[in-house]
Amino acid sequence: MRIGVITFPGSLDDRDAQRAVRIAGATPVALWHGDHDLQDVDAVILPGGFAYGDYLRAGAIASFAPIMSEVVDAAGRGVPVLGICNGFQMLAEARLVPGAHTRNAHQQFIRRDQKMRVENAGTSWTTAFETGDEIVIPMKNADGRFVADAETLARIEGEGQVVFRYLDVNPNGSLNDIAGVSNLAGNVVGLMPHPEHATEPGFGPDTPAAMSSGTDGLKFFESVIGAFVTA
Amino acid sequence: MSATTSPADTVSHAAATPEKEQPYAALGLKPDEYLAIREILGRRPTSGELAMYSVMWSEHCSYKSSKSYLRQFGTKTTEKMRKNLMVGMGENAGVVDVGGGWAVTFKIESHNHPSYIEPFQGAATGVGGIVRDIISMGARPVAVMDALRFGNIDDPDTARVVHGVVAGISFYGNCLGLPNIGGETYFDSVYQANPLVNALAVGVLRHEDLHLANARGVGNKVVLFGARTGGDGIGGASILASDSFSAGGPTKRPAVQVGDPFAEKVLIECCLELFQQELVEGIQDLGAAGISCATSELASNGDGGMFIELEKVLLRDPTLTAEEILMSESQERMMAIVTPSKLAGFLEVVKKWDVETSVLGEVTDTGRLIINWHGEQIVNVEPRTVAVDGPVYDRPVTYPTWIDALNADSASRLARPTTASDLKDQIFRLIGSANLADKRWITNQYDTYVLGNTALSFPDDGGMVRVDEESGLGFAVATDANGRFCQLDPFQGAQLALAEAFRNVAVTGATPVAVSDCLNFGSPENPEVMWQFSRAVEGIADGCMELEIPVTGGNVSFYNQTGDVPIHPTPVIAVLGVIDDVAKRIPSGWQDEGNNIYLLGVTREELDGSAWSEVIHGHLGGRPPIVDLAGEQRLADLIRYGNEQNIISSAHDLADGGLAQALIESALRFGVGARVWLGEILERDGVDVATALFSESTGRVIVSVPREDDVKFQGLCEGRGYPALRIGVTDSRDTFELQDVFTASLDELRHAHRSPLADRFGPTIGV
Repeated sequence: MRIGVITFPGSLDDRDAQRAVRIAGATPVALWHGDHDLQDVDAVILPGGFAYGDYLRAGAIASFAPIMSEVVDAAGRGVPVLGICNGFQMLAEARLVPGAHTRNAHQQFIRRDQKMRVENAGTSWTTAFETGDEIVIPMKNADGRFVADAETLARIEGEGQVVFRYLDVNPNGSLNDIAGVSNLAGNVVGLMPHPEHATEPGFGPDTPAAMSSGTDGLKFFESVIGAFVTA
Repeated sequence: MSATTSPADTVSHAAATPEKEQPYAALGLKPDEYLAIREILGRRPTSGELAMYSVMWSEHCSYKSSKSYLRQFGTKTTEKMRKNLMVGMGENAGVVDVGGGWAVTFKIESHNHPSYIEPFQGAATGVGGIVRDIISMGARPVAVMDALRFGNIDDPDTARVVHGVVAGISFYGNCLGLPNIGGETYFDSVYQANPLVNALAVGVLRHEDLHLANARGVGNKVVLFGARTGGDGIGGASILASDSFSAGGPTKRPAVQVGDPFAEKVLIECCLELFQQELVEGIQDLGAAGISCATSELASNGDGGMFIELEKVLLRDPTLTAEEILMSESQERMMAIVTPSKLAGFLEVVKKWDVETSVLGEVTDTGRLIINWHGEQIVNVEPRTVAVDGPVYDRPVTYPTWIDALNADSASRLARPTTASDLKDQIFRLIGSANLADKRWITNQYDTYVLGNTALSFPDDGGMVRVDEESGLGFAVATDANGRFCQLDPFQGAQLALAEAFRNVAVTGATPVAVSDCLNFGSPENPEVMWQFSRAVEGIADGCMELEIPVTGGNVSFYNQTGDVPIHPTPVIAVLGVIDDVAKRIPSGWQDEGNNIYLLGVTREELDGSAWSEVIHGHLGGRPPIVDLAGEQRLADLIRYGNEQNIISSAHDLADGGLAQALIESALRFGVGARVWLGEILERDGVDVATALFSESTGRVIVSVPREDDVKFQGLCEGRGYPALRIGVTDSRDTFELQDVFTASLDELRHAHRSPLADRFGPTIGV
């Protein structure tokens, strides 16, 4: 399976997403923001970072990047798309997932190992989980506060589009403690925490067993790979 | 008003008007320095030349007061110290061979004064500047760290500086995608109007990718790329301008540079691609003194000649004068030397990254740096006279009148706690004091995960990063300085900083291999400060010689004072270590129950200058702890050997706050409690309980050892003759018990340890 990772000029965790894809057993394909070409990949990841500098709202300009028209098409065809952090912001700006992001309620950048609950194990990126699983994924952002109007919130809660919810601490003031959401079809998922940083023992979050040994993020990639293998 | 409409002060005009008065004093030049420039040129300098000399001969760029001392770092070396050193002092950053075809480059640099005036931008551009030094070596930057010193934590202005500096580092470093892997933060009123912001960056490269800042090859192009040049960061240019234009000219511009991390991130990727395609011959970042520095240094280090057409510089502000362009310190700019045949390839790469570029001129064999401005020659100098052969001062040095009295005022006269309740009370006051408190209010604002190679970061003793994903080869870095010890004795204080940074690297499991230093002092025009400086440099040079690890570079920052009162001498020492596989790193805290806790090293009555004397008694006096560098070396060897045998579960250095602080930090790191007793320490070392808990004797580490490896570990220590005492055992309860003194829940300790910063600066996010 070939999973594309799009690099924007200000992408920061693009090579980390590629590494995670490799660890999970798929082939990472580097894609370039300025191309109109997804190179026939089987899934797409929009990584974390600051795309074009995010001088405007985070992800706002990136949602108009040349390659985003291909991403929008692919998403419409059911290709799995994962937006992580800045990638989540781009998905929201491109209207591929509901909601929007504002500055964290406390106005600071925050980095922490974040506990979340998997609220929907039926999306393309969560089938390896059970609904209700509690996982720890690193997060790091300044503009991570998920917001949506009351009607949208009620709708996505009702439709099962809330995929992850923060537990213990709401790190940025997100409404309904929402950490990640999907489109209605479930092939496009965006979240603030970084699953690619919990895939390699020794470089992930701490666990009760050992320092930096958390690999809860692996299942994101295993979900999409599993569906591809059985398809 | 546009500069192009005014007559430029050309070389021929300067030659014809020798009597013209020039504002050299306002630009920071002394009368004899100005005369020296006239002598070098055989005429008065043009205003452009005066701009260049004034910035390049400044203390910051020329090291004129420190140069004669810093030579020791080159002369006090051994064959072993030179063996793995690929690039030493004098280049943008030192480069160390770490094996497997890999090299690591690192450097620490100050950005103190801008960070007081405008804390956010000052700190942000401090990070940006040091990162560009790393790129200039041909390396990919992979980590940053910062050593910070602020004023009294309770002074209202401290919060302004702390918020700005931390947000600036967080903003710039996080946007660059560089993990922040450690550093240190101190509060002391001596830094009230002069905080210290020392930024460190580390880069990695393959040996063959090494690049140097030199302009070789006649006919090669001189290319400026990156951000446009603006009016920011111009120190004295407004003076020149107002001299040229009586009214209507550019007015006062910000002397603090403004950073754009996105521009720098793109510049990093762009440079790495240029290196990878072998499109540049030489490269130099634009930092202090901007184009003046880059052109004169590149030319000095190369074939000696360069011709530049200054009007080709892309500007943010078209009204800038030639002098301002020469002095501007606009950020995120680089200068490269490119052979004509590779220029098209070069331009293709910069276009891919949308980086603006202009070809300014070329390398010549004239031996002169010639700069034209719209066809008229405004600079014609021998580049070495600007960049290399600046003035060197042998400043007066005086033994401080006050230091004998200070040394005589030992902390041994201070009342020490003896009852259990007093001891407990003082332990809690210490762990909850500004300098010993948990710093996650700061560090939670830094990305540690990005790049996916961070093996250790705060609150561990050193940061550690994987270099080679195949083999696991990695490096560790730690920074240290204790200004209080340096105030008591700058020679010993500097060696204490070196010993502590060395130990902090050793306890991670890495082998220390190199040093970078950032020497923060008061005014060099104060003979007592020069004495402090001379002693500290001697201490570092002698100490490095004894440990056989070279100083690879660094920076000197003078004029750090509040009013007339200099800061405590603060030589921040960064030690770099190498580890063959980061999977073998040693955690700093206890992870498992039932491990035996050992104290390595002996405890002497060394409370002078300690955190205890400061927090409990507000006292500073006496003599700092003894330094035994040979002992530190043996301790490091012991830890490394024990780690190779896989019998060490954790190791944590003892420093500020002594044993009490180290034990509590070990417990809180992963939330594992312990029972600890002091009896054997008191008996063997002949000290009282307070001394056992609070003394800051060096050469000490606490390690935890799995029970089944106990005999082996004891044998190891005996065999190597290093003193070791079993002082406790980790357990499964969430409590820390110091036998016969107190028992406290980890929650209670955590609360005391985490409150100080949050109480002053706002809630710690995410805890």
